[in-house]
Amino acid sequence: MLVYIIRRLLQTIPVLLGVTILVFSMMHLIPGDPAQIIAGESASETQVEQMRERLGLNEPLVVQYGKFLGGVIQGDLGNSIRSGNPVSAEIGARIMVTIELAVYSTILSIFLGLIAGIVSATKRYTFWDTSIMIVALFGLSMPNFWLGLMLIQYFALPPLQWFPVSGWGTPGHIVLPVITLGTAGAAIIARMTRSSMLEVINQDYIRTARAKGVKEKYVIYKHALRNALIPVVTVVGLQFGVLLGGTVLTETVFAINGMGRLVIDAINARDFPIVQGSVLVIALLFVLVNLIVDLSYRFLNKRIELD
Amino acid sequence: MENNQNIIEVNELQTSFFVGGKEVKAVDGVTFSVPSGKTLGLVGESGSGKSITSLSIMRLIAEPGKVKGGEIKFNGENLLDKSEGKMRRIRGNQISMIFQEPMTSLNPVFTVGDQIAEAVMIHQGLSKKEALKKALEMLELVGIPSPKARLKNYPHELSGGMRQRVMIAIALACRPELLIADEPTTALDVTIQAQILRLMRNLQDELGMSVILITHDLGVVAETCDYVAVMYSGKIVEYADVNSLFANPKHPYTVGLLKSLPRHDIDQEGELSTIKGMVPTPDDMPKGCRFAPRCPFARDMCRESLPHLEEEENGNQVRCWIHTDKWDGPEVNVKHDYESAASQQS
Ligand SMILES: Nc1ncnc2c1ncn2[C@@H]1O[C@H](COP(=O)(O)OP(=O)(O)OP(=O)(O)O)[C@@H](O)[C@H]1O
Ligand SMILES: [Mg+2]
Repeated sequence: MLVYIIRRLLQTIPVLLGVTILVFSMMHLIPGDPAQIIAGESASETQVEQMRERLGLNEPLVVQYGKFLGGVIQGDLGNSIRSGNPVSAEIGARIMVTIELAVYSTILSIFLGLIAGIVSATKRYTFWDTSIMIVALFGLSMPNFWLGLMLIQYFALPPLQWFPVSGWGTPGHIVLPVITLGTAGAAIIARMTRSSMLEVINQDYIRTARAKGVKEKYVIYKHALRNALIPVVTVVGLQFGVLLGGTVLTETVFAINGMGRLVIDAINARDFPIVQGSVLVIALLFVLVNLIVDLSYRFLNKRIELD
Repeated sequence: MENNQNIIEVNELQTSFFVGGKEVKAVDGVTFSVPSGKTLGLVGESGSGKSITSLSIMRLIAEPGKVKGGEIKFNGENLLDKSEGKMRRIRGNQISMIFQEPMTSLNPVFTVGDQIAEAVMIHQGLSKKEALKKALEMLELVGIPSPKARLKNYPHELSGGMRQRVMIAIALACRPELLIADEPTTALDVTIQAQILRLMRNLQDELGMSVILITHDLGVVAETCDYVAVMYSGKIVEYADVNSLFANPKHPYTVGLLKSLPRHDIDQEGELSTIKGMVPTPDDMPKGCRFAPRCPFARDMCRESLPHLEEEENGNQVRCWIHTDKWDGPEVNVKHDYESAASQQS
């Protein structure tokens, strides 16, 4: 097991190396002179030259990449062009917010999705099943920003005012953004759980469990669910990855200073070091999430041999 | 000691599936009984309702199926009247079942040991540790080599024959009074089949239980069973002790099955070599005797009305007009005349 984890971690190195190359190229792939773009339309020739010097753009590409990589390995992602602060500090201030958002939303998705999916599957073709699946379809098709705005409209503005309209910090701040982000995931997990459960419930080993005299409750929650979860885990992992990189709209709607807003602001300001650093960090997280998903697979499905 | 009490008596059992607004009568008035400590063979072509009969006894018929009527008397009590909770305490405890598909009948995510132990924990209230000890005993009993190591194996680490032994271990862990084995060896290769059947027979002697053995294979019946019930299209057409059945089969279908015996293991799906035609589908169920369209002796009366299951002096039963006073055709000896009659069949 440990060997497997270490090997998987080593395997991520080429992936991350590839990401650094991509990220590094961003600055050089954009049309025109990055120094000119960053310095702005109206900058004078000397200002642009200074900018070029500051960004190290006069050196050969390989040397530039080498320096960038060397920095990354030491945890130095450079400095923000706009604020001059280290990129790692800027990201550090924001990343926890995004991770919290993603974790809470994923927990909500799993909780709601599993319950809805199991109820749907065990009460197939009844009123409950149909209602749950219709709600799930709504949940899936609602755009996040719209759902966010609706939640603000009804629960944050008068007359109810149950939750703050925007910001971050108190438990109350968490509720609406997490519902906004978790709904689509819950819908996906509910549908996945339902179809997976329905498939598992018809398996011969479920009949065996019943023939042994196992209580229906345990037939469902022990014998069936454990098998039905295997495909659901993949969906949860993907969902979490998407949340890490894709909470921009929701962060904007609720004015939360997370990674999404950091990246958007940085792109608008052509603050390339921030963009590079953020993409790299998100990629790293994504890779780790994938590893965790694979490990839970191993735990759930004994037929998969990792080595 | 002579014991002619029946462990189970099935009376006019009816189980139907309701699909697309139509009723499919999978089991249509099945009646048979199993004397205590004896083995009943339930035989018949694919689709005749053998599995549905056994699942009805276990009360494990799932939607869209339903047990519509009849009674299943187990130790004198009707299982169909029992609450789900009471029934659950019987399943895996007093009545156990082994299924046709050893490859898929074990849960892939639990160890073999846990799966055997579960039954013991449920019915005997043993702790996990004691139950695992019992599971180990069971693995030894069913002849699995190095049982201690096997206890921790997952099903995918075992061969088909080993998995079926595990299934038997699960089924017998609580020493049931009745074991229903639904084609326990069809999915296994021939040498393993023989081993498993021998194992079941030995365990039956050891534990003194009664067995319903479902099979396509009359060869197996001859070797293992005391009584035989022949099913055709949801009904019992003949019930007899094994010697009478093989020496003096009464129903033309039974004779047809016996004649096709040598080919049993090659051709299960298609047409049996000496019975022309196919099993009727629910859509064109014959009005009279279900077997009439394929029967070489069939006359108008057979096609018109369904014969009853008639009991003879020796307790054997047959559902065929030929053996009644109403028979309006020439004298027939079903066994002797079958071949020549069949050859004249178009
Ligand atoms: N889920 C179902 N839905 C509809 N009809 C069903 C269902 N299960 C069984 N049947 C009907 O019941 C009939 C009897 O099925 P059963 O499984 O008892 O046959 P069998 O004698 O065990 O055959 P085999 O030898 O192939 O196992 C089938 O022909 C089919 O028409
Ligand atoms: Mg069957």
